[in-house]
Amino acid sequence: MPDAAQQWLHTGGTQGNRQRPWLWPRRAVLTVLLAAAWAIGGSRAIAQQADQPATVEIAYLTQVVERAPPLSLLDTIPADEGLLGARLGIDDNNTTGSFTQQKFVLSETVVPQGEDVAAAFRKLAAAGHKVFVADLPRAALLAIADLPEAKGAVIFNVQARDDALRGAECRPNVLHVIPNRAMLTDALAQYLAWKQWRRWYLIAGTNETDKLYAEAIKRSAQKFGIKIVEERSYDGGSTARRTDTGHALIQKQMPVLTQGADYDVLVVADESDLFGEYLPYRSFRPRPVAGTQGMVPTAWHRTHEQWGGTQLQNRFEKLGKRPMTERDYAGWLAVRSVGEAATRTMKTDAASLDGFIRGGDFGVAGFKGQKLSFRAWDGQLRQPILLAAARTLVSVSPQEGFLHQRSELDTLGFDQPESKCRLKR
Amino acid sequence: MKLGLLSASAAILLALAAPAAAETIYVTNEKGNSVSVVDGQSLAVTKTIPVGKRPRGVMLSPDGKWLYVCVSDDHAVQVIDVDKQQVVRKLPSGDDPEQFALSPDGNTLYVANEDDNLVTIVDVPKAMVLGTVKVGVEPEGMAISPDGKTVVVTSETTSMVHFIDTATRKIAGNVLVDNRPRAATFTADGKQVWATAEIGSSVSVIDVATHKVIRRITFEIAGVRRDQIQPVGVRTSRDGKLAFVALGPANRVAVIDAQTFEVKTYLLVGQRVWQLAFNAGETRLYTTNGVSNDISVIDVPALKVIKSVTVGQAPWGVAVRP
Repeated sequence: MPDAAQQWLHTGGTQGNRQRPWLWPRRAVLTVLLAAAWAIGGSRAIAQQADQPATVEIAYLTQVVERAPPLSLLDTIPADEGLLGARLGIDDNNTTGSFTQQKFVLSETVVPQGEDVAAAFRKLAAAGHKVFVADLPRAALLAIADLPEAKGAVIFNVQARDDALRGAECRPNVLHVIPNRAMLTDALAQYLAWKQWRRWYLIAGTNETDKLYAEAIKRSAQKFGIKIVEERSYDGGSTARRTDTGHALIQKQMPVLTQGADYDVLVVADESDLFGEYLPYRSFRPRPVAGTQGMVPTAWHRTHEQWGGTQLQNRFEKLGKRPMTERDYAGWLAVRSVGEAATRTMKTDAASLDGFIRGGDFGVAGFKGQKLSFRAWDGQLRQPILLAAARTLVSVSPQEGFLHQRSELDTLGFDQPESKCRLKR
Repeated sequence: MKLGLLSASAAILLALAAPAAAETIYVTNEKGNSVSVVDGQSLAVTKTIPVGKRPRGVMLSPDGKWLYVCVSDDHAVQVIDVDKQQVVRKLPSGDDPEQFALSPDGNTLYVANEDDNLVTIVDVPKAMVLGTVKVGVEPEGMAISPDGKTVVVTSETTSMVHFIDTATRKIAGNVLVDNRPRAATFTADGKQVWATAEIGSSVSVIDVATHKVIRRITFEIAGVRRDQIQPVGVRTSRDGKLAFVALGPANRVAVIDAQTFEVKTYLLVGQRVWQLAFNAGETRLYTTNGVSNDISVIDVPALKVIKSVTVGQAPWGVAVRP
């Protein structure tokens, strides 16, 4: 069995799956492994009670997307990004579950590129699944959330950052664990406002997601009294820059791109990772870079060690032999939220868990120094946002002084009064 | 012989000069990889003992001769000869030891292995692992009952206090508390366990006989953000009257009436106050302040902070020798 799990790990999430349609939907091999582990250990405390543990099944649903190679040679794209975080969450939940007579099982489905995610969802729903971790982009997430089979389900979004999903496109059966763009850019804006770096030069890529990030930046600038002195759009050029002498061209192009009105910070919106990494040290003026590259706002980063963060980093690296990414963290947190609700309520049905998670008593610990909870008005997880440079953590927002009558965390992203979400449950 | 006489007379002199506080304070410096030795009379650092990597939990043997230090990143417990002021031996501890508890006879050590969800039981004289007990995710806080029959351990991500029967080495009960329990202590009469919850921002008082939470204590400090109130270290006085709780980044120690469970006052100490230790007479309480790199000295009868002493980098744990 362990061999099969290994094999899945190596083939999952790559185009290799295209040739192996039999690999999905794949009821987790992990199920059996965990059940075995559970039977051997962990049951001492309840040895005197012979009842069967109550089981919470969580379906992890993702789709293979071919991604362009990262700009930096240092970056890799893990095939199991997100999924490994969820698996770690299951491990954590089961350790706790061994004391509460609860068992958590992850069923993993990786839909090959180009195939129908909704069909996969229907299959899972038909098999009785009600709790889902959706590692999917906006369109696929909406497609499954709107299925008749998704009524009464609870879907944790761990990938799609779209502000619209927390606004006009919000859905009553979706909870968002991954921060939306507005949360990230608000976190960045608060820090730069605290630094008094209030003149920004904005450069945005030309892909749709780049434009959305740029819109979020402009919204945050307005919210926190920041001036965007100049705005440029850039398609990233087309030269093969990593080839020999590629740097010569880059060092000539970047000053041209960043020459204009004077500014404090160069803010970049390049989710596509086509040019942002080329801005530091090459800009026309000697100014810091922040946004999608340079200093980045993110829910998780490998430089984070505060509030016991080292422990989660270690636990993850032990399991995955690689650093935890933001999507891994979201996957872990989604599964942990389910575990927390099950422990506190001692219930395992989706309706009870969903009700508790959305209620006022819910709080999950996420190595951020405070309890994390979901906003009632749009289902977004409120959480501190890290501001990370490549090698150290710079700061954590919300910044001191940005006050809120309920929770300072609601100074990041969409607060209730401005929410465009109208949930009909 | 001559030396013995000298030190004896020095001790008499010291005793005459300072009958109140001739004690020695030992502080582990998590990022300094050292133990600072502070003289209780002069409140000056008299020695810095180099130890292994990431020293955290620290405790003295009942006879005061040995100082045990969890060196987390070296996956061991180091033993310092207090007179020689140097590390003399090493005990096995399992991976990543953070805190521990010592049996009243000083022979058995119970160590929390944070990364492995285990408590490792160690025979101190033989330097041998006797066994392990599976507990929740990220075990950290540890305490032992005055009669040595029960060990409690807090697991941070599982949010539980586990009660371990030291005779059977099995879990006798699990008590769910608020998020991220960090530390626990038995009251002197052995009837209650006080456990802090860092993210839950509370202290749970657990009745040992029934394994039930009988009181949940929360904190409000004017001018301090609620999320900065993160209870960590906790100590209760022998007379059962007072409890002290370190509140982390709130930079305060809460003083609680242990009978009524009401917070009496908050004492302003150094930044990110972490662990606490009484002196033998319980006339003083020492706090480690991880961000300001110092310890605060609290006069217990007066409930006043009388001094702060700069120690090494990121002070974590503290132990006091009479």
